[in-house]
Amino acid sequence: MDDESHTYPLIRVQDLKVRYGHREVVHGISFDVQKNEIFAIIGPAQSGKSSILKCLNRTLEFIADAKMSGSVEVNGVDVKKVHNVYELRREIGMVAPLPVGLPLSIFDNVAFAPRASGLRDKHELDALVQRCLEQAALWDEVKDRLNSLGTKLSGGQQQRLTIARALSHQPSILCLDEFSIAIDPVTTMRIEDVLKELKAELTVVLVTNLVQQARRLADRTMFVWNGEVVELGPTDAIFSEQPQSQKTYDYVHGIFG
Amino acid sequence: MFTETQFGKSRRRAELLAKCVLGMMVASMIIPLFLIVGYLVKEAWPLLSLDFLFTNPTGGMRHGGIWSALLGTLYLVTLSLLIAAPIGVLAAVYLNEYARDSWFTRIINLAVVNLAGVPSIVHALFGLGAFVLFAGIGRSILAASLTLAIMTLPVIIASTKEALSAVPISFREACWNVGASRWQTIRGIVLPNSISGILTGVILQVSRAAGETAPIMFTGAVFFKKIEAGNIFAYSIWDQCMALSMHLFTITTQVTDAPRALPFATAVVLLGTVLIVNALSIGLRVYLRSRKKW
Repeated sequence: MDDESHTYPLIRVQDLKVRYGHREVVHGISFDVQKNEIFAIIGPAQSGKSSILKCLNRTLEFIADAKMSGSVEVNGVDVKKVHNVYELRREIGMVAPLPVGLPLSIFDNVAFAPRASGLRDKHELDALVQRCLEQAALWDEVKDRLNSLGTKLSGGQQQRLTIARALSHQPSILCLDEFSIAIDPVTTMRIEDVLKELKAELTVVLVTNLVQQARRLADRTMFVWNGEVVELGPTDAIFSEQPQSQKTYDYVHGIFG
Repeated sequence: MFTETQFGKSRRRAELLAKCVLGMMVASMIIPLFLIVGYLVKEAWPLLSLDFLFTNPTGGMRHGGIWSALLGTLYLVTLSLLIAAPIGVLAAVYLNEYARDSWFTRIINLAVVNLAGVPSIVHALFGLGAFVLFAGIGRSILAASLTLAIMTLPVIIASTKEALSAVPISFREACWNVGASRWQTIRGIVLPNSISGILTGVILQVSRAAGETAPIMFTGAVFFKKIEAGNIFAYSIWDQCMALSMHLFTITTQVTDAPRALPFATAVVLLGTVLIVNALSIGLRVYLRSRKKW
């Protein structure tokens, strides 16, 4: 990224609407994500959080009757006008709620994306795989068995493998969609530490329905409810005793949701 | 605690009854199978030998072996699979991985399912009209194989689609998320993990292609043809050929004074060929299944 990227937000979403068939689940959401921040999106299930992420890298296209409208800009480029959608997807690392170890070796799991984009050099691949596994705090546990199956790792390890894979195409943005729902608290805390470190190098969009996770990690938090933004502001403000909306107060204090 | 109650007794009785009834159903399925195979082998026994496989029929098909029919069946089955398997598998990949859900693809899927249920005699007439007469191939191994291929195609498509959709969608999503194209996803993840199911589906069609008489009767099989015994290149694909299923039909209905063991021996060879292929397919499935990675 060149220096000009500081002049506009890394992600700019304006009046985003998402429909599945005739059912609209996101009703006109706008927000910006700045470079090198952790941006949390909180809200109860079915409020449209995951749909927003799918619009960023256009994987919404894989859902048969899904339609998006409004504008989504990544690095100042409208994603709808991106010609090379694979480039766009490599710009964004995406971590799904459930860990997905591909049925390949640990090494191949991480090397899959670089290979798919044409990297064949053995030494470069080795270095890249090691760096990504280190960044995801998994290297020490698997460095002696890189050739064993990724699917045989434990749930928590697989989720870190998924993060390593998401980092393997050297994205500038890392999106995590409720990464902790299927893993234990200890691993969750380890990954949270990882995210804090990664913040120096990239931008993190964290979708979560654990409000305390957002409180621990995020610089800014957006509270989404029923496909609409209820409140967007610095995390401190959202979690203060007087957020702008009573609904925000009720949600983050566990009164509903 | 833990005392016998009336409810517990009746529940155990129901359990026992269910087990007996279900077990009897299994027995009623297996016993006839063993009786058929046993009876066939017993009646065929006097004639069964390697010689029987590798010599041509002689004396108006009353004596000799079944070499020309056996080889004909091998040609028909192999050629028809060589035609049907690539087309069927690739079509299924398209339908399962690329095609969007629309009224058009639904019609195609419906057509595939219905085509699988079309009686073989109808395929035979289609093959006669389309390949033998219209395309001008003439009655030949090629025309008969094409007809068999048309017949097996829908089943191959259906079973391949089944195998492909058994690969979890989350694997595909993970690949798309890291910027892999659909084809990279298919080649890297989907195909390697569904190949056992695909191959099983394809190989099981061997038994169908080997057993059918009607489609080849109109398009390329003949009552009798003399070829060089023991030479596996004795047919060209433009020749007409004999086939086991057709041969069996002939010697039971047309040749009145054939020795009693002859049709039984032919049936045993046909059955044996199919069983060997099926056993190979099961072995392959077990092998590939054991390499499965999740």
